Amino acid sequence: MRKTLLESLTHGSLTEPAPAPDDSALAELAAKVDRAAQARLGRSLAIRAVDAGSCNGCELEIHALSNAFYDIERFGLRFVASPRHADVLLVTGPVTKNMRQALERTYNATPDPKWVVAVGGCAIDGGIFRGSYACVGGVSETVPVDLHIKGCPPSPTDLLKGLLALLKHVSGTR
Amino acid sequence: MDILDNIPQVKAVLSHRPWPRAVVTEAGWQAAIDRLVEGGLTLLGLWGEPTAVHMAVRDGGSAEIAVVTYECAAGTFPSVASRHPPALRLERTIHDLFGLVPSVADDLRPWLDHHAWGKSYPLSGRNASRDVRPYQFLPAEGEALHQVAVGPVHAGIIEPGHFRFTANGEHVVRLEQWLGYTHKGIESLMQGASLEVAAKLASRTSGDSAVAYAFAFACAVEAALQIEAPRQATLLRALMAELERLANHLGDIGAICNDASFALMHAQTGILRERCLRAANVAFGHRLMMDVIVPGGVTRDIAPDGVAALRALLAELRKVFPRLVELYDNTASLQDRTVTTGIVKAEYARRFGAGGYVGRASGRDFDARRAIAYAPYDTLSFEVPVLQAGDVNARVWIRIREVEQSIGLIEQILDQLGPGGLETALPPGIGRGACEGMALTEAFRGDVLVWLRLDGELRVERCHLRDASWFQWPLLETAIEGNIIADFPLCNKSFNCSYSGVDL
Ligand code: SF4
Repeated sequence: MRKTLLESLTHGSLTEPAPAPDDSALAELAAKVDRAAQARLGRSLAIRAVDAGSCNGCELEIHALSNAFYDIERFGLRFVASPRHADVLLVTGPVTKNMRQALERTYNATPDPKWVVAVGGCAIDGGIFRGSYACVGGVSETVPVDLHIKGCPPSPTDLLKGLLALLKHVSGTR
Repeated sequence: MDILDNIPQVKAVLSHRPWPRAVVTEAGWQAAIDRLVEGGLTLLGLWGEPTAVHMAVRDGGSAEIAVVTYECAAGTFPSVASRHPPALRLERTIHDLFGLVPSVADDLRPWLDHHAWGKSYPLSGRNASRDVRPYQFLPAEGEALHQVAVGPVHAGIIEPGHFRFTANGEHVVRLEQWLGYTHKGIESLMQGASLEVAAKLASRTSGDSAVAYAFAFACAVEAALQIEAPRQATLLRALMAELERLANHLGDIGAICNDASFALMHAQTGILRERCLRAANVAFGHRLMMDVIVPGGVTRDIAPDGVAALRALLAELRKVFPRLVELYDNTASLQDRTVTTGIVKAEYARRFGAGGYVGRASGRDFDARRAIAYAPYDTLSFEVPVLQAGDVNARVWIRIREVEQSIGLIEQILDQLGPGGLETALPPGIGRGACEGMALTEAFRGDVLVWLRLDGELRVERCHLRDASWFQWPLLETAIEGNIIADFPLCNKSFNCSYSGVDL
């Protein structure tokens, strides 16, 4: 163990420089985030991930955000275990009808001010599962969405760009 | 002896490949169940159509595989689950989707149907409705028992499902799972889909096994159409499949240790996993390698700098991974959590036909890559690790050994890659009636089965996808019994069953 620990200390960091916030995400958000919220939150956001019926591909990439390369916590973004502690819901999947109620409840359990980020093609409009008897479609058909991040699944870099754009707006550092 | 001897048949279905399918009489259906109960046959799958049920079985002795079909003239079929419990969730699913009634069933509670679809029996083609009652969990009686309900939304970044624990103090007396939350209706979307769309759907059955599903789907189509993918394509398929296995096993090993509060391992394997995905992205243009495998072959060759990226990855793994294995092996506090925790009895693994590390950690020596020896694994050399202890620790060690085997496989494949055709053209249409194909591939968590029927225009008429998790989830219920609730995350992670893969 000592060797592994020492190496991690002496080797350079793997963590990569932050990508620039996504321009289109900035534009989508521009209209939505108000000043009061900006003042309240500062540069820190608690994120609660909600799988609303994804294939789990999106979850894998959300997970990757915590590895040493992306190290999402350095931005003040962290994943929390309860919606009651969350500022942001990160929602994946085509919102299966079997998950719709759980998603609504999770949304209602999240204190204001809150933001919803829909992650992946499925969460935008149902994606490849659109039109099924078992899916509602995009996340915005169930709860209001502030930001969409495209991709099937979006790469961790895409996710980070979107979340940084959100952070930038929320913290008012435009 | 032929696997279908002694099973009274009505007729053999000649358009089914590569294994035989026979429509059987009621006596034949019961004879097949007899052999499942005796243990001579293992259940590979059980699925429905509007007026028939199919059961795929494998003979443990001769290694033969066959499908038997029972035509449900009266909308009923003799229950498999009432005599062979591994069929239970599959049977409840058949009832939910097709409205066919297993008789006489001990348990016909809904499984996927949470009464949220706005209709009942969605694949039955008829408009019947089912009475709605609140879901009843199985009872547990005794003094001082209490229940803990968890989910569908869990604390971590994982898929949704409901776990109902009955505990006595800290000790779990019974765990009952209730899944179906991610049911997307994949099998209904498959109906009438072009092969292109269907292949994409297949690989999104469980995104962590995107390659294995696309691989199985492609093999099933190729079996149905009696074509073969070119050698170079099969090598690339296996290359992606092994990369997928590496990435998942590395992620799991770290995540299991993390659930035992050993974050260092999680951080280290997280780095290796990320390196795998980046190499995959360089080599195949997608981190999860989605949509590269298609019926007939692959859509692209490995990128020019892909081979170098993969060789660098292997070098890194060969350097770092042994140290992490040593770290796992020498950390007593970690072993204290994993050894003897969450034991799956060998008898259950055998009876349920549990695939992957769940089966192999409990003495079940089965790996589709070797048992079916589909191309190109018939020409590659690798070992299938098997252990007997059946605990969390054994499931970790199976993964460790499989990481080593996958590294060796990728090396062999890289040495054999050369120029060569990537796709065998599909026939424009088959100009005769429908044709049927079935395939099994080995995903990281166990064997995936795909069964399909194509119409004359090469559209999917019916496709069933069976994840390894169907036969693993119920064993998690047995493994946690008598353990403390606090060890559930650890046990659960050591299984890492798919929700999406079984919810479909
Ligand atoms: S967007 Fe793609 S990866 Fe994400 S849940 Fe949907 S199908 Fe899976």
